[in-house]
Amino acid sequence: MNEEKPSVKRELVLPGEVVDTTGLRPGVGTYAENGTIYAAQLGIKNISKNYVNVFPLNGRYIPRYGDKVIGIITEAGASSWLVDINSPYPAPLHVNDVPWKVEFGNTPAYLKVGDTVLVKIDGVDEAKHVRVSMKEQGLRKLSGGNIIEIPASKVPRVIGKGGSMINLLKEHTGCRVFVGQNGRIWIDGDVDGIALAIRAIKKIDEEAQTIGLTDKIREFLEKESENIRRN
Amino acid sequence: MGMKSDIKLIDKKGLRLDGRKPDELRPIKIEAGVLKRADGSAYLEWGKNKVLAAVYGPREAHPRHLQDSSKAIVQCRYNMAPFSVSDRKRPGPDRRSVEISKIISEALENVVMTELFPRSSIDVFIEVLEANAGTRCAGLTAASVALADAGVPMRDLVVACAAGKIEDTVVLDLGKEEDNFGQADVPLAIVPRTGELVLLQMDGDLKQEELFKAMEMAMNASMQIYEIQKDALRRRYAVVAEEEKDEIDSAQEEAKT
Repeated sequence: MNEEKPSVKRELVLPGEVVDTTGLRPGVGTYAENGTIYAAQLGIKNISKNYVNVFPLNGRYIPRYGDKVIGIITEAGASSWLVDINSPYPAPLHVNDVPWKVEFGNTPAYLKVGDTVLVKIDGVDEAKHVRVSMKEQGLRKLSGGNIIEIPASKVPRVIGKGGSMINLLKEHTGCRVFVGQNGRIWIDGDVDGIALAIRAIKKIDEEAQTIGLTDKIREFLEKESENIRRN
Repeated sequence: MGMKSDIKLIDKKGLRLDGRKPDELRPIKIEAGVLKRADGSAYLEWGKNKVLAAVYGPREAHPRHLQDSSKAIVQCRYNMAPFSVSDRKRPGPDRRSVEISKIISEALENVVMTELFPRSSIDVFIEVLEANAGTRCAGLTAASVALADAGVPMRDLVVACAAGKIEDTVVLDLGKEEDNFGQADVPLAIVPRTGELVLLQMDGDLKQEELFKAMEMAMNASMQIYEIQKDALRRRYAVVAEEEKDEIDSAQEEAKT
């Protein structure tokens, strides 16, 4: 490829395309064969440190250790719950991993099917058996608020560089917002605020591919919150 | 194959029924990302063939006994719409479509990095809306574009193309009449980067040298189709390519409540 070291301009690559021949190391979304590195996924090529990466533009959420995600309880067993974390793999949440003392068989008293929880990925093994935990500061059952879903690959866009986008959202809507790494977003606040936040996130999702997105969203939020105040 | 007819498949100038030269493809048009609810999709027109492909997954494999603890499975369903052919096609899977589903999923399994998603399933659906010979190649070509559109990690795209023999001449990409009244049809699929064969079938009889010639023709044409596939994907994501994507660096960044 005709690109030199620090890639400022982002380049779209397709699966099977050569991304490097200069001896960099294969990073995420790539694979190496006979010293040449190829893209394994449709995405944006990125070179950082000695690695070539391809950041996907699309695709399912694959759990990674330490990620904070928003899950929905799908089953309450005798000593654990089953949580849907919007990935190919359902994740068990054991009673030992919740901040309450749950008696055997009494799980539904704490979390019922359909409840949403903020959990941390506590372990993923090579067969992709996922465990989640609620034993950490800030992890809890989410009550009230709304949940919307976006593709997990667009989560970085909603957060923005250094959290710029998310702070913008919170500031203009007055909502509490949490973005799970799995693409689920929890929003809580007053009705108008939630409605505005949802519209803004939908806009980010749709226009995730445009230039100067943060400014565009700022403009949108300013105009719309002005309208709300006036009515 | 094999049906006798007095149709002249090649005229005196050496042109075929639709005016193509022996080594000419039918026009191909691909569009990626046409379905909203699917994780990835593609619509393909290949001559008079119209094919829609959708990809879902990786997702949990059901029933459980199909799961493989070391890799993902690629499940494919090739289906022809009842109205896709001139005599109504009885709906539902038949001997032919079960076979095609199997060979397509096996061809795709060769490029998809299944080892990344143990216990899951990647589901590919191919709907033939209009058929005019060569739908398995059209379906496979569309399916691989849909897979890339879905962001499924794969080593390369898969391209399929057919060649065959009519009136004792080896020709590329048989049309309906040529398929029905010709002597042989050889569909094949390759991984363009390595030239690996992932599908090869033959209907009818060919001499050894004729088979090699047909394969060579189809493989060369595959490289042209490969470019059309890549172009379709580039068009779909064109805006992204120009954009400054600073935010992606902060992928690890986390929102505070």
